[in-house]
Amino acid sequence: MTKMNMLQAINNALDTAMAEDERVLCFGEDVGVFGGVFRATSNLQQKYGKARCFNTPLVEQGIIGFANGLAAQGSVPVAEIQFADYIFPAFDQIVNESAKFRYRSGNLFNVGGLTIRAPYGGGIAGGLYHSQSPEAYFAHTPGLKIVVPRNPHQAKGLLLAAIHDPNPTLFFEPKRLYRASVGEVPDEDYRLPLGEAEVTKEGTDVTILGWGAQMEVIDQAVERAEKDGISCEVIDLRTILPWDVETVANSVFKTGRLVVTHEAPLTGGFAGEIAATIQERCFLYLESPIARVTGMDTPFPLVLEKEHLPNHLKVYEAIRASVEF
Amino acid sequence: MTTTKSKVVYSPVFTDGAEFRIPTFKLLKQDGKLYKSAKAPDLDKDKALRIYRAMVTTRILDERMLAAQRQGRLSFYMQCTGEEAAVIGSAAALDDGDMIMAQYREQGALAYRGFTIDEFMNQLFGNEMDYGKGRQMPVHYGSKKLNYMTISSPLATQIPQATGYAYGQKLRGEGHCTITYFGEGAASEGDFHAALNMAAVHRVPVIFLCRNNGYAISTPAAEQFAADGVAPRAYGYKMDVIRVDGNDILAMYQATQEARKLAVEYNRPVLIEAMSYRLAAHSSSDDPSGYRSKDEEAVWREKDPILRMRLWLESKKWWSEHDEKQLQENMRREVLETMKRAQKRPPPPLETLVSDVYDEVPPALAQQFDKLKAHIRRYPDEYPKSAEHAKGGA
Repeated sequence: MTKMNMLQAINNALDTAMAEDERVLCFGEDVGVFGGVFRATSNLQQKYGKARCFNTPLVEQGIIGFANGLAAQGSVPVAEIQFADYIFPAFDQIVNESAKFRYRSGNLFNVGGLTIRAPYGGGIAGGLYHSQSPEAYFAHTPGLKIVVPRNPHQAKGLLLAAIHDPNPTLFFEPKRLYRASVGEVPDEDYRLPLGEAEVTKEGTDVTILGWGAQMEVIDQAVERAEKDGISCEVIDLRTILPWDVETVANSVFKTGRLVVTHEAPLTGGFAGEIAATIQERCFLYLESPIARVTGMDTPFPLVLEKEHLPNHLKVYEAIRASVEF
Repeated sequence: MTTTKSKVVYSPVFTDGAEFRIPTFKLLKQDGKLYKSAKAPDLDKDKALRIYRAMVTTRILDERMLAAQRQGRLSFYMQCTGEEAAVIGSAAALDDGDMIMAQYREQGALAYRGFTIDEFMNQLFGNEMDYGKGRQMPVHYGSKKLNYMTISSPLATQIPQATGYAYGQKLRGEGHCTITYFGEGAASEGDFHAALNMAAVHRVPVIFLCRNNGYAISTPAAEQFAADGVAPRAYGYKMDVIRVDGNDILAMYQATQEARKLAVEYNRPVLIEAMSYRLAAHSSSDDPSGYRSKDEEAVWREKDPILRMRLWLESKKWWSEHDEKQLQENMRREVLETMKRAQKRPPPPLETLVSDVYDEVPPALAQQFDKLKAHIRRYPDEYPKSAEHAKGGA
């Protein structure tokens, strides 16, 4: 075990994967000698050479097109998109190509080796274009997996799982926690399951569901709610697609209440999908409407970021409202 | 740090974009004879006949299948007519282990590699023997064993993928390259520019083959770009480039042979612009009479690449009237008989609706599938009767 922040854990996961399998390649804008603008790929070029860890020209559609071809060829590309806000030029390559490669070829070809890493989320004074959470756009695309870690231990285990998973995987990293989240991380290779949520705290009155950086917000809200005598069950969804309906439904059968929270805007956000599915599965068990605590339906603001974000106070209020309904 | 090492001037000197002009490489005249100073490439009789048979196969397949579409047997079809030399001449210059990442009009390359008429038909009819499991529209072929990547409808997406595929081949070090085909219209997509730039920067063994056939559906090349074709763009990427008469089988073959050498031996990506003409409509859903004249088409019909090669073969005494008649008759018969067989084969089983989305069917999708099966059982007469449905479930 070594104490690491999330960036170090991600760097360690990439290092582990590259050491074990020479087919693993890391590339993207500034990923080479500089080690990425956040330093997630630090020292990888020095260690594994320019052929396996390198800078690309500044062209996201090219990076992912290139990565799709590499994965189809049998390599294991880990492509970095510098900010999730800049993933959209690659949208076509991801939703029309990565996601459909296996299906459209009848499994003659696939790009299962592909992993796309991208820092996402607000809280760093990044304004419109360094703060977005685009997971819901991709969650509408069968064929992709979408994974979001909440801390360094999860980041390493989930990233290694994503790299080795035989399906194209988007790995969204909560950049607000890159250096803020620190914890013990095993030195060896270990993989956490994809498609499985984790109950991080058991409780009986209400279920609070989130992922990524929002888990820290949930923990603060829950601490406050428990002082009011409310017993909270907390779930980290971890994989947005395909998501673990069973774990969430089983929790709601028990608590009868659900609060879902994410940073992305309300309308069309993934909380809507969760709410629809859970009301269908748990209709007769629900004691109150499923609540969504999310960013507002605006572009991501700058100066008014604090007001915009679904912080612990808003989550706390939603917990109270759900229990008192 | 800039990589530009340009000389300095002290008055504003512009370079005119029109200065970038590239000549066209030709070897064979329409009468089947070589141009005066031209020398035929090293092409033996067996290979020449393999190329010619693939060209004729493609032409006959296209004629018959368009007719089948008109008769309502097929939903859709796209012909390669007029561009057979550009496609097959280039494919023939490669090693059969090289990867082909095509657009959608390159069935000739697949025919050259040995895709059987039966394999073509299974895809066109989307039957249970289609490798693609009936999931894509006709002409979206793919073959793992022939190193032919399954076709994808979105234009130009295959171009940066070819750069990535070839980068992987370079790392593996087995001396293979990738060729990617696209039209002059697709070359306007951002993916084209991304792919060429990345290939040049990373020194990737990839051949970009632009079929400049004059039209992107109805849009003429003159409304696609102001420059002298697509070829001059290679200058901007510091890439080797050649423009070839796309109806000249020998020139296409030799140019691609040399391009392959540059790619595989020197890791130099190459752009080839094959100048040709789409003699047929864009697809079975298109009618060119709305945007181009019969006279224009007639000019290009005179430049038929297949006839040009046949005359050359006959001049070498490698081909005769009798050979031609026999090939034509055999191919037509095979296409018709094979089509009848393929059309009768059942569709892929219902499971193929949900398989291959992921390596395994996720639980939520499995539930959706169970629900669908139960629904179909309640309305057995309202859904197509595939073998699986008839058994009362899949």
